[in-house]
Amino acid sequence: MANNLIEFRNLRTNFYTSSGVVKAVNDVSFSIKEGETLCVVGESGCGKSVTAMSLMRLVSPPGKTEGGQILYKGQDLLTLKERDMRHIRGNEIAMIFQEPMTSLNPVLTIGDQITEPLLLHKGMTRRDAKKRAIELIELVGIPRAAKIFDSYPHELSGGMRQRIMIAIALSCDPKLLIADEPTTALDVTIQAQILDLMRNIKSEFNTAIMMITHDLGVVAEMADHVVVMYAGKVIEEAPVHELFANPKHPYTQGLMRAKPILNQRQDRLYTIPGQVPNPVELGNNCYFNDRCEHCMSVCVDKQPVLTTYENKHKAACWLYEKGGEVS
Amino acid sequence: MSEAVVHSNSVNAKPPTKKPASPMRLALREMRKNKFAMAGLIVLVLMFLFCFIGPMFSPYSMDDAMNIRNANKAPSADHWMGTDKVGRDVLLRVMVAGQTSLMVGIVAMLVTVAIGSTLGAISGYYRGWVDTIIMRLADIIMSIPSLPVLIILGAALSELKMDPANRIYLVMFLIGFLSWPSLARLVRGQILMLREQEFMQAAEVLGLRDRRKIFRHLLPNTVPIIIVVGTLAVAGGILMESVLSFLGLGVVPPTPSWGNMISAANSMIEFQKRPWLWIPPGVCIFITVVSINIMGDGLRDALDPKSKR
Repeated sequence: MANNLIEFRNLRTNFYTSSGVVKAVNDVSFSIKEGETLCVVGESGCGKSVTAMSLMRLVSPPGKTEGGQILYKGQDLLTLKERDMRHIRGNEIAMIFQEPMTSLNPVLTIGDQITEPLLLHKGMTRRDAKKRAIELIELVGIPRAAKIFDSYPHELSGGMRQRIMIAIALSCDPKLLIADEPTTALDVTIQAQILDLMRNIKSEFNTAIMMITHDLGVVAEMADHVVVMYAGKVIEEAPVHELFANPKHPYTQGLMRAKPILNQRQDRLYTIPGQVPNPVELGNNCYFNDRCEHCMSVCVDKQPVLTTYENKHKAACWLYEKGGEVS
Repeated sequence: MSEAVVHSNSVNAKPPTKKPASPMRLALREMRKNKFAMAGLIVLVLMFLFCFIGPMFSPYSMDDAMNIRNANKAPSADHWMGTDKVGRDVLLRVMVAGQTSLMVGIVAMLVTVAIGSTLGAISGYYRGWVDTIIMRLADIIMSIPSLPVLIILGAALSELKMDPANRIYLVMFLIGFLSWPSLARLVRGQILMLREQEFMQAAEVLGLRDRRKIFRHLLPNTVPIIIVVGTLAVAGGILMESVLSFLGLGVVPPTPSWGNMISAANSMIEFQKRPWLWIPPGVCIFITVVSINIMGDGLRDALDPKSKR
């Protein structure tokens, strides 16, 4: 098996808001292997994006990463000097965002923006950078690359801009590409193209992808391994086939049931009852207990820990804990 | 076609500064529709030609010896705008004075833009104590009435017997230095908003240095504001120079400037009997400042996507 590229160990990122401390990322541990696509799934506000931003060390106040380690090739990113971190950003770890319409600087040409990391991290000359940039534009499947090089973001469509974002992210051959809901803002046909593109890139360059999404369709399409987050915690983690075949955590089961299925008449889509708990005052219980169909007394009293089961399947739920009732 | 591009872009873009890219070209196209602004621009160009090219066609030169016998002549075929009290041709002096005044206006604007946009950008980008220091400094400079300061400085310089030729430069820098705070505030406000945009997050993710983020990614987005304020600052600079020179504190003779030419009007006889001495420079100041201001307004309309009709 390939080596771990990134390893999150007990990561904690808190936000100090006026109404209290929000544990946006609460004791999260998982790892990404080289060349693997890992999907992080969860609903809005469950800490997916904050996990990614913590990895980039770009959590801005009032947020603060306060505990744990993020090991990249065995080196803790959280203790790295800002200068060294800057060298990793864009060069070794690249990121693309949800909103392609606003992720490009409106006053700089596409060429300016693609060549920027090349000039910065690879020390290329302007001419080499331009050549490489045009290759990259072609690589992400945009024709007339030389013309696009000189155009401005507003002249491109959303899908093209997202391709350009991918081209920028790929410019320095990163080891890890973080994609924060890369297809959410695109329409469905373009979504499929972008996902195809990312899959090709992954197989071609052996880039690991950390994909943040709330779309289980995307997960099924892309992932090798899936991490399910809820209220800042990892509640389930499994290889993709295992997760879809055999979801363990009631929350994951709920997500699966809430998915529309083609060619099947459903009067009403299933929804998980209740609300995400207020992130400010979370007690020492299972955060899902009040929405869970299988809630037991232990769920209200104690927090389950992430436990490994068969087939590399991990879940944090008392249902599977032998003797959980007792302890 | 171009309108469609401009329009769709300004709808999609949340921030007002996200203006159509290839920004200058689109803005200029927009401005060309504004007849007033174009008229201002044309008048301004003519004024520049008048001041910088005009002297070449004059039969007189600035080095001509004074000719007291020829003094205080009313406009005639020889001297279209008459002569002053030492017999110099007023038309030639108005043109050369224009060079000084326009130069003062432009250099003062450059100083304003350089200081104002840099400090404004730094202030808005770093926030916190850096912001506090710079903005309080701006407040202090804004709250000092500039005229008394310039008068005191002018008087002090006269005492120090500063070389009149160098004094122009000092005036330029002083005017620029006293007028940067308003630009700094505007730029800061823009940067505060822009730095939260997604494209800045994307720039951050690329691992860029702060310097590059500020000056290459953020400042270009504030160019519309800088252009507008800069244009108006030229007018302000010209006016300020005129005021100071009129009071004898700015550009001092023998170097002519529109301001110190008008100071001829501070004697009753010349004011009443020899209007050719002060009307031409006065009209020049008026025309220049008005056309710059009209052009500035036109530029503001052209560069601001929110004000599209």
